[in-house]
Amino acid sequence: MTEDEALVLRDVRCSFGRTVALDGASCTVRSGTIHALLGENGAGKTTLMRIAFGLLAPEAGELRVRGASVTLRSSRDGIALGLGMVHQHFMLVPAMTVAENVALGGRGRFDPRATAARIVAIGRESGLVLDPAARAGDLSVGAQQRLEIVKALAHEARILILDEPTAVLSPAEASELLQWLRRFADGGGTVVLITHKLRDALAFADDLTVLRLGRTVLAGARAGLTEAQVVAALVGDADAPVLATARSETRSFTRRSAQRSADPFADAKVAPVLRLEHVTYVDARGVTRLRDVTLEVRAGEVLGVLGVEGAGQHELLRILAGRLEPTRGQVTRPARVGFIPEDRLHDALIPELTLTENLALAESGQARGRIRWDAVREATSSVLRELQVRASGTEAPARTLSGGNQQKFVVGRERRVASAALVAENPTRGLDFRASSRVLDEIANAGGSPPPAIVMHSSDLDEVLSVATRVVACFNGEVHEVARPADSDDRTPYTRALLGAR
Amino acid sequence: MDALLALWDGAFGSPFAFWSATLVRATPLVLVGLAVALAFRAGVLNIGAEGQLVAGAIAAAAFAQWLEAMPGIVTVPAMAVGGMCAGAAWAGIAAWLRRRFEVLEVISTIMLNFIAHALLSWVVRGPLQEPTGIYPQSRAIAEAARWPFLLDGQRLHLGFALGLVLAGASWYWLTRTAGGFRVRVVGAGARAAASAGGVDVARTSFGIFLVSGACAGLAGASEVGGVTWALYEGISPGYGYTAIAVALLARLDPRWVVLSAVFFGALEAGAAAMQRDAGVPAVIVQVFVALVILGVLGGRQLTERLRAQQRAARPEAA
Repeated sequence: MTEDEALVLRDVRCSFGRTVALDGASCTVRSGTIHALLGENGAGKTTLMRIAFGLLAPEAGELRVRGASVTLRSSRDGIALGLGMVHQHFMLVPAMTVAENVALGGRGRFDPRATAARIVAIGRESGLVLDPAARAGDLSVGAQQRLEIVKALAHEARILILDEPTAVLSPAEASELLQWLRRFADGGGTVVLITHKLRDALAFADDLTVLRLGRTVLAGARAGLTEAQVVAALVGDADAPVLATARSETRSFTRRSAQRSADPFADAKVAPVLRLEHVTYVDARGVTRLRDVTLEVRAGEVLGVLGVEGAGQHELLRILAGRLEPTRGQVTRPARVGFIPEDRLHDALIPELTLTENLALAESGQARGRIRWDAVREATSSVLRELQVRASGTEAPARTLSGGNQQKFVVGRERRVASAALVAENPTRGLDFRASSRVLDEIANAGGSPPPAIVMHSSDLDEVLSVATRVVACFNGEVHEVARPADSDDRTPYTRALLGAR
Repeated sequence: MDALLALWDGAFGSPFAFWSATLVRATPLVLVGLAVALAFRAGVLNIGAEGQLVAGAIAAAAFAQWLEAMPGIVTVPAMAVGGMCAGAAWAGIAAWLRRRFEVLEVISTIMLNFIAHALLSWVVRGPLQEPTGIYPQSRAIAEAARWPFLLDGQRLHLGFALGLVLAGASWYWLTRTAGGFRVRVVGAGARAAASAGGVDVARTSFGIFLVSGACAGLAGASEVGGVTWALYEGISPGYGYTAIAVALLARLDPRWVVLSAVFFGALEAGAAAMQRDAGVPAVIVQVFVALVILGVLGGRQLTERLRAQQRAARPEAA
């Protein structure tokens, strides 16, 4: 308990309904430092910082701001304690001016002239120059973010929390922002950077905290940690140095694809089911997500895809699954590829519809004329039987199933509609160990003759290794094959590949 | 009490009240109610059924005048089809704006309602005005163009039968066919429809928008052909807006739209009688209608919440 610690969260627990978002999450932020909070999507980074800011109340755990134990009832309390949060999605009123947006969180009378003067003063002190009279909606994304920071500074924030601040910025804007944050920290301010950009964190942060599945798995000064340690903690390598406070749960997966040997299929005579040739994908914002990727997957192969958030695996999987068309390059794939997306409740299922209707959903784009519901119902019940989905029946709304059963249903459906190829993205997201294990079994052992070509990405390295016959790693839009090490317990080639080293 | 009795009598008190007042008022509500229900089922918030109805009425009146010399077997279908095309075209403006420029249909359709009414005001003072040029209304349509009555001595007309057929067809289409299923999945979860089903969401929404407009346009044609026999400014006392309540009360189910429309038709018929016989302002009925809608929507929220609580109370195993 020292004045030196700007913000301390200890053993925080928080859950939404039946989903536990945080359990055993801790984070100690020293004054005058940039602190990177790392973790894969869904690890609980944002939830933890929303608790620190007062937007969410934790169920258990302690929060200290500048040494004093506090309970925040709302973000107003957080602001009063000198906290400021810049959300990933900006909280601006586009039609209002910069001055009006800054005044929005305040109290009492709105004096446009005083507010404008304050904005100019902040601009002089901090270098974040903005025109008080400009409309927020007319500002560039970088300027909108400056406005968010100025809003926080106008409320005397000394501890700034930024959620994925560089995600929407161009590289030049991002480096400008990071430099500004450094100056802010040098001037006595404190910065918490929520990010999944490993390189930013490694290059700019003084301290790091890594969250995984709602728990702190690694924390310490940047200088005392190797890159490999951080990556290992991010992807859940069992050998990673784990905090003494965090219970170490050994999620060891048995090899599932034992019967699938890699060798027979490496035979070039088997024509590839999925093939990418010099594929490049540039997203709507003009960011190159995939760069000249060439890749083949044959029947019977399970291709494991590694990659930390934003490395390009998201786009790679969607192009393989036919859900995205590349900007340049050739794609060969069967007419229909089964796809198990990471966000099953938005992209795979319609929670309000019944299981029968959700089965018909898979064919709804092509179907013509009358739907033979009795046949669909029959198919649904055979999926429920084959994958041992626990549901009250074929007419149960999808939302009434537990996450594991929903996912098993999706796997069964996709295998049914597309027998040649299956693409899965984080298929065990949000599932407990038993359900994860079942889902992975079903994906890896999908039968048929010829057996399907399977592509799976997981943010859990062990999961990928337990199913894959071949492994590729995405880094910065490039995809490279990772040679299997002689010692099957050796993880270094994979963690090195995630960092872009070859 | 007298007022309630008068309300009941006006709606159901006699065969004439039921067949010629209640059901005649329910007819446009069935058609426009279907228009709203179909659009809402696809997540298209078409608030513009009012304007599409007016467009349909104008087209039907124009066709009736243009084909004046023709027999009914030609004019009546021409009015119906013309009304549907005009309604679809009017809806098509908003549908196109949504697809091309992502203009929210809630806003564009409301604006188009005002434009449609302004257009109607101009038409009945200009191109379609009755020959004397005194009244802002069109010439009465020819006998032959008047839509046939369904029962002897009652004012119930063809439009109601069309409404019943369309309600049945809509229900069948939504529940039994691939096209209807696409509409439902787009409304219930557009992202999953696109990702898991490969449904062209934009195309589906566009299509149902036009269908919705056609239904509303048919309602306009049916009013001109079956009730008013002329085009004038007050052709729709806000049927397009009442229809939103009709559709919501029916929970967007085409079968229930019929019953819900009859219920609202009865309230309107009864309200007129109540004002006439008991001297109670018809506005009271509007208050009652508003309470019914709030009750239905609130009740649904309540049951949903209770169900959610029950689910939370007994967590199931994974």
